[in-house]
Amino acid sequence: MRHIISILLENEAGALSRVSGLFSARGFNIESLTVAQTNDPGLSRMTIVSSGSDRVIEQIVKQLNKLIDVVKVIDLTDQDHVERELMLIKVCVNKKDELEVKQLVDIFSCKIVDVSDRTYTIEIAGKTRKLNAFLNALDFAIVMEVSRTGVTGISRGRTVI
Amino acid sequence: MKLNGAQILINSLESEDVEYVFGYPGGAVLHIYDALETQDAVKHILVRHEQGATHAADGYARTSGKPGVVLVTSGPGITNAVTGIATAHMDSIPMVVISGQVPSPLIGGDAFQEVDAVGITRSCVKHNFLVKDIKDIAETVKRAFHIATTGRPGPVLIDIPKDITIAQMTAEAYPETVDIRSYKPTVKASSRQIKKAAQLIAKSKRPILYSGGGSVIGNASKELREFTRLLNFPITQTLMGLGAYPGTDELSVGMLGMHGNYEANMAMHGSDCVVAIGARFDDRITGNLEKFCPTAKIIHIDIDPSSISKNVVADVPIVGQVGQVLSELIDELKDVKLTDISQWWAQINDWRSVDSLTYKRSEGVIKPQTVIEALYEVTKGEAIVTSDVGQHQMWAAQYYQFDEPRRWINSGGLGTMGFGLPAAMGAKLADPDRDVACVTGEGSIQMMLQELSTMLQYSTPVKIVCLNNGYLGMVRQWQEFFYEKRYAMSYMDALPDFVKLTESYGHVGIRVEKEADLKPALIEAFAQKDKTVFLDILTDPTENVFPMIPAGGGHSDMLLAGRDDMVSKNKTDFNAV
Ligand SMILES: Cc1cc2nc3c(=O)[nH]c(=O)nc-3n(C[C@H](O)[C@H](O)[C@H](O)COP(=O)(O)OP(=O)(O)OC[C@H]3O[C@@H](n4cnc5c(N)ncnc54)[C@H](O)[C@@H]3O)c2cc1C
Ligand SMILES: Cc1ncc(C[n+]2csc(CCOP(=O)(O)OP(=O)(O)O)c2C)c(N)n1
Ligand SMILES: [Mg+2]
Repeated sequence: MRHIISILLENEAGALSRVSGLFSARGFNIESLTVAQTNDPGLSRMTIVSSGSDRVIEQIVKQLNKLIDVVKVIDLTDQDHVERELMLIKVCVNKKDELEVKQLVDIFSCKIVDVSDRTYTIEIAGKTRKLNAFLNALDFAIVMEVSRTGVTGISRGRTVI
Repeated sequence: MKLNGAQILINSLESEDVEYVFGYPGGAVLHIYDALETQDAVKHILVRHEQGATHAADGYARTSGKPGVVLVTSGPGITNAVTGIATAHMDSIPMVVISGQVPSPLIGGDAFQEVDAVGITRSCVKHNFLVKDIKDIAETVKRAFHIATTGRPGPVLIDIPKDITIAQMTAEAYPETVDIRSYKPTVKASSRQIKKAAQLIAKSKRPILYSGGGSVIGNASKELREFTRLLNFPITQTLMGLGAYPGTDELSVGMLGMHGNYEANMAMHGSDCVVAIGARFDDRITGNLEKFCPTAKIIHIDIDPSSISKNVVADVPIVGQVGQVLSELIDELKDVKLTDISQWWAQINDWRSVDSLTYKRSEGVIKPQTVIEALYEVTKGEAIVTSDVGQHQMWAAQYYQFDEPRRWINSGGLGTMGFGLPAAMGAKLADPDRDVACVTGEGSIQMMLQELSTMLQYSTPVKIVCLNNGYLGMVRQWQEFFYEKRYAMSYMDALPDFVKLTESYGHVGIRVEKEADLKPALIEAFAQKDKTVFLDILTDPTENVFPMIPAGGGHSDMLLAGRDDMVSKNKTDFNAV
């Protein structure tokens, strides 16, 4: 099953490689990983999407907790949470595609953030599923480039990590 | 007063009560060596190879319970040390390794003798640090020792660029306390789980205690003895746990696992309640997981939550210190009426009567098992025995009875050939009044032979008991069983004359070719208290280690000595017991 694991870790050089090294060394799977500083400049927050059996996920959480730089780990999947991912897509638009692309942008309520001679760059944010749906809806042939951030998440309500 | 970084580092080691540093100099650590030279609180042992330094520090740590300390230079210094760091990591041994690094401004520029020490060691240390400021040295040392020695112990690396060792600052007091917000290793075991465990234990009909390295590392021998005797339960110990509970005691059923005793493995297989105490269900223990302990509920005590339910799911997980948890269990159980297990004991004694460690002696050739039995006799079971890796290691574990913890020192998790000799040197430094024997093979000993030179320089007399079978015996055994006797590269031609070799290092060498000479030679060797003696003992090249659970087997699938068939004496109906 797919899990979203949220990690608070010391904002130190090397902390990221400790986490990614752990995943590769133990053969855990990473679908996506995002990391950035939090409101506390001494801490980073990392969100990892991984998949595996319950036992594998349990090991992932335990092994992450074991890393000295890791302050806290939670599996967001277990709780009510919000998750978002951002994607930038560059498409090549001929006259005939233009309308269709604009309609899709409307339907998915995303934005065209850059326009050049025969290209649009579209920004879309939301759940991974929505991003995938948008990508599928576009004509495969016109997609030039895709850049996705990977998922980030936070729990709903007053709960904090 | 102004001090340079190197002096601050050495003062910090002194504050940590470091007695010995095992190391080897080089460009990046010259300031540190200079600082070592002008004090005498911290003694330095100059090894002959950095791997030797790590194993010696490791042997020192396993014997004394204190962290081993290593100092190496950048580049090849630290890469040479990696094997020893990984060895300590796999067996949860406290160690602090200090490596020099190229000057900070040169880092990342492929400078002379630069390697990314933090990167290279990341997966085989408990934690590592790159010191970036002279102001951080003392705090980093404090943290390193704290991390290395608390919770589940392990090696910690401190990488220090050369410029930081020469920078100066006004001396400050060494920090007295340490607080790492992301590292809180002290855990109080859940009393709910302890109660659940006690209930399970009280009603079990076929219990077995399975104790491991955690009982040694956690200094829980006293509690383990009290607990076992209170319950009158059979106890088996892993290769890493031997001695925490006395091997000669009647409740002890010996080692379990791939080369474990018949009764120990059968008892695991038949048990309805396995209490794992500081043991990690390694694959050398469990064999085929699908056949592992088919009828048992598992209680698992471990300080490291990630050990629990990693390989085998625990029915009752207890995260805590072995000693503390056992004390609480003793309190919980001391007034409780336990289930009568006399039938289970009868069954175990029946398995015992198979006598799975018997072996056939033959004329004209020395059996390796006989050598270990003689060693046990001559040292009255009181020596510290270190070992290398291979058949000799298994025989030492099987035939030397360890009645005390920290007497059996070997590389179990990584299985590092070359470990034994430097570890013996470290053990001798930690416990100079005790006899130290290094049981080794002619293959393993050649991996760290150079340390004979260090042992002369620092007068660390140990007795090297080399079971010279002329083969990489453990490899040869697998080839005999599983590769239709195609002995690919398990025979080494052109062995050195170990007697002359040892003599050239300034030690004593004795060659033993006949069984009649064995005991006298051992007696003579141990009589030479202040000499390192190399006993080159020619043993049966064809002998194999039994019992053996072949790959894919379960605990009841054991190959026993002198029988061609796989013994499956598990016909007993356990539920009837
Ligand atoms: C050639 C060869 C053959 C081998 N054959 C066998 C064999 O037949 N049988 C066998 O047993 N082994 C064998 N081994 C060794 C095997 O590979 C493992 O090293 C060993 O089984 C692990 O022992 P352990 O489970 O006691 O764990 P250790 O590696 O000693 O780990 C200790 C456990 O205790 C925990 N712990 C540490 N301190 C504490 C504390 N204070 N409180 C609570 N918990 C704590 C740790 O977190 C860890 O989980 C062999 C090795 C070699 C090289
Ligand atoms: C550094 C290292 N390389 C290879 C191995 C694989 N290995 C395990 S046992 C063994 C043979 C050891 O031979 P020897 O020291 O003569 O001991 P014996 O088995 O003959 O008693 C080998 C090569 C190892 N454990 N460590
Ligand atoms: Mg050999």
